Amino acid sequence: MAEHYKPNTYKAWEMTLEERFQEVYPPLAEREAVTEANRCLYCYDAPCMVACPTHIDIPTFIRKISTGNVKGSARTILESNLMGATCSRVCPVQELCEGACVLEHDHKPIMIGRLQRYAMDYATERNIKFFEKGKSNGLKVAVIGGGPAGLSCAGELCKMGFDVTVYEKKKWANGLSTYGIVVFREPVEVALAEAKMIQEMGVQIKTNVTIGKDITLDELVEQNDAVFISVGLGNVPDMSVPGENLAGVMDGLDFIEETKVEKLDSIKFGNRICVIGAGNTAIDCATIARRLGSERVNIIYRRSEAEMPAYHFEYEFALREGVSFMFLTLPVEIVGKDKVEGLKCVRMDLGEPDASGRRSPIPIPGSEFTIPCDMVVKAIGQKKQSQMMTALAKYDVKDIKGYIAVDFATNRTVHPKIFAGGDCIRSHGEASTVMAVQDGKIAAKAIYRQFIGELEDQTEHAKTGCCKEVAGAHAH
Amino acid sequence: MANLEIDFRGIKSPNPFWLASAPPANSAYQVQKAFEQGWGGAVWKTIGAPVLNVCNRYGTIDYKGQKIIGLNNVELISDRPIDLNLKEIAEVKRNFPNHAVVVSVMVESKKETWQETIKRAEETGCDGFELNFGCPHGMSERGMGSAMGQVPEYTCMVTEWVMEAATKPVIVKLTPNITDIVQPARAAVRGGATAISLINTINSIMGVDLDTFELRPNVGGKGGHGGYAGPAVKPIALHLLSAVASDPEVQKAGLAISGMGGIETWQDAVEFMLLGSTSVQVCTAVMHWGFRIVEDMIEGMSNWMDDKGFKSCNDFIGASLPRISNFGDFDLGFQSVAKINHDKCIQCNLCFIACNDAAHQCIDLKDAKLTKEANERLWPVVREVDCVGCALCSTVCPVDDCITMVQIDTGRPHTTWNEIMKSKPEVTQDWHKMEEYRKTANIHVH
Repeated sequence: MAEHYKPNTYKAWEMTLEERFQEVYPPLAEREAVTEANRCLYCYDAPCMVACPTHIDIPTFIRKISTGNVKGSARTILESNLMGATCSRVCPVQELCEGACVLEHDHKPIMIGRLQRYAMDYATERNIKFFEKGKSNGLKVAVIGGGPAGLSCAGELCKMGFDVTVYEKKKWANGLSTYGIVVFREPVEVALAEAKMIQEMGVQIKTNVTIGKDITLDELVEQNDAVFISVGLGNVPDMSVPGENLAGVMDGLDFIEETKVEKLDSIKFGNRICVIGAGNTAIDCATIARRLGSERVNIIYRRSEAEMPAYHFEYEFALREGVSFMFLTLPVEIVGKDKVEGLKCVRMDLGEPDASGRRSPIPIPGSEFTIPCDMVVKAIGQKKQSQMMTALAKYDVKDIKGYIAVDFATNRTVHPKIFAGGDCIRSHGEASTVMAVQDGKIAAKAIYRQFIGELEDQTEHAKTGCCKEVAGAHAH
Repeated sequence: MANLEIDFRGIKSPNPFWLASAPPANSAYQVQKAFEQGWGGAVWKTIGAPVLNVCNRYGTIDYKGQKIIGLNNVELISDRPIDLNLKEIAEVKRNFPNHAVVVSVMVESKKETWQETIKRAEETGCDGFELNFGCPHGMSERGMGSAMGQVPEYTCMVTEWVMEAATKPVIVKLTPNITDIVQPARAAVRGGATAISLINTINSIMGVDLDTFELRPNVGGKGGHGGYAGPAVKPIALHLLSAVASDPEVQKAGLAISGMGGIETWQDAVEFMLLGSTSVQVCTAVMHWGFRIVEDMIEGMSNWMDDKGFKSCNDFIGASLPRISNFGDFDLGFQSVAKINHDKCIQCNLCFIACNDAAHQCIDLKDAKLTKEANERLWPVVREVDCVGCALCSTVCPVDDCITMVQIDTGRPHTTWNEIMKSKPEVTQDWHKMEEYRKTANIHVH
């Protein structure tokens, strides 16, 4: 009997641990994908394409799904975004392409993300190779950090004939796609397949290489024509409260990484967990804790619901997963003898807007209380890459609040050989995979222009056609 | 509730919805089930000469995820023995005396055979006959079906044979696979027919398999033309219906018309009736969804009639016939231009690209500053002085009532091509004269 479509219901108590960590959205079946693709209006100067930071030609890839040219659809996506498989899963589409869809007004927007995933899965399952290294131009580029920005830059440069080597600190490439995106959003295999695609194009990826230990920045600058730095950000910073070193206090990114690379049943987790912070990483930590089987998960945030940095759809997802939120609550101490026994907090009130424009939280005197818990997960942001900043000082490369300063049109630093992209340059605004991918593309093109000359292909500016008026014809 | 009863030149039916002579009307089981669910009549699947069927018999065209926009078949007339069919027809008529039961007949082209078959069929108590001069496959190669309908003389001759033998109304079913359908329609009039039905199916091949290179439908590796039906053929059927229904000879003879070809809904049925059909016949939609669709057809038509104040079907049958005209009689002074309602526009800008690539380049994309948004997208804006009023933009627009074609007064003379042919023949023959005429008539073509 045919497998019937099952609505997206999640009943943890009926599922095994492995089932709970399958992708939240099932893949679209062929007929489902074609039907959805046929809903697309195939807009002229489509706003989805403008809204996509990598300017994927969305109407074209969707039309190709509708005609059965899924291979061509995948090529269209990858031409603009080599990390199309990851982006199809992790992009905040409601904020980007789907949010811009003209059908958003009085219909449902097209499921652009899931259609993109359909085309990407098709190509991956069939091991279709779309790109190969361009005719060698004899120039060498080192990419430091093999996450989405680095792989994107490396892949684009390789297509244009550069010899590219990626230096990656970890065991596997593809950065947060491999280690930091919760597995029910993106399985590790998807991230690794993407890295493999870049490798098979002709990019050399060296893993387990730490800059400053195994090789220095100076050596790389010396030995290469250009260097692209995409080292991302570091671990979660200290909260500077007593008890932070107790057993049971964990870095949120480490917690997520365990669920990506370890056997699910070997992961230790508490029964009553406090997650500190209310960004997307905090939501990830809270929801994987619930899916692992934790009974009570509280997200502790010092500001209110209105100020929380997580995407709204992530907030709603966490609520559905049974995560509780405690707003206007500031942790002041992690209590416990040898291990975590509770989180001491103080109630907050909102005062005048601070530098970020958000109303600043002010502690209410005498309002301390303790939440009993056996695990505390910190998800209050990421440390800047201070070691890299120090190494770059020699080249006069400046920082903005700890992020590498670049010219955003080229992603070049003040040093002509040094470029940077990804989370390590995102000094303002939200960081995302798709922006990191675009950073890599921008740098690759700038490197080409700087060393070889003008690019032959159309600029994205013209492709998206968003800026100049188009007259039908001259009136007679 | 409006009265849906019809009198089809003596064939009475509780409503105008009949099953067409086709697989859904193949047996007593099916026809009785259909009547129980509301169908007003049925034209029994054609009885006649002995046949052998093949498989696969059907091929379809799907469109944008929707199944069966068109269906073709290479199935023949009834492959059940004639005696069994006649027995079952009699049984159905006994059980449903107030429903229309019409027997479709197709036999070899011999006077005795036709007359004998008609006489035998009359014994069933049926309400009338439909002469199948339309089947385009299998039977036509044996000199029957459309082989009859494509030669007006044969149509007339066989109709005359049948009229000699029949005491019940006789409907001649026409094939669309002919250059001018009015000719066999007039032949039916000359032969003395009571009514006409149209259209039978259209010659077609549904497609080719890109892997095997086989045709659809595929009969053991081979394929050939079959009869095309379903929603895709409706516009063709409406045209042929209008040609027959507006023909003076057909009108003078007062023949009733049973229309068919792609009818799926009450709305389709009303359109056929506005163009002169008294009853409508349905096959493909039933093959897709079953008999149950008739409930909505009846209710929908009834509600529409109530809204319009029609008490019976006769109040609107043929109401659009006076509007059937010819290009030469169209008003050359009628001018419309596209108006875009920017409150409704969703800026898909399909109107722009359609006009720009495929029409007359009179829509611009402009930074019109219609909202307060900082990143306002470009809006399509019609240059009305250049708009030729082709209506392409309004047809591609996906939003209801967003682009409307609005009539404007340009001061052009309200004349017709035929009038110009008479009064200024030189204008129709010489480009220079035409240019001069356009100037005087305020017609600018860019």
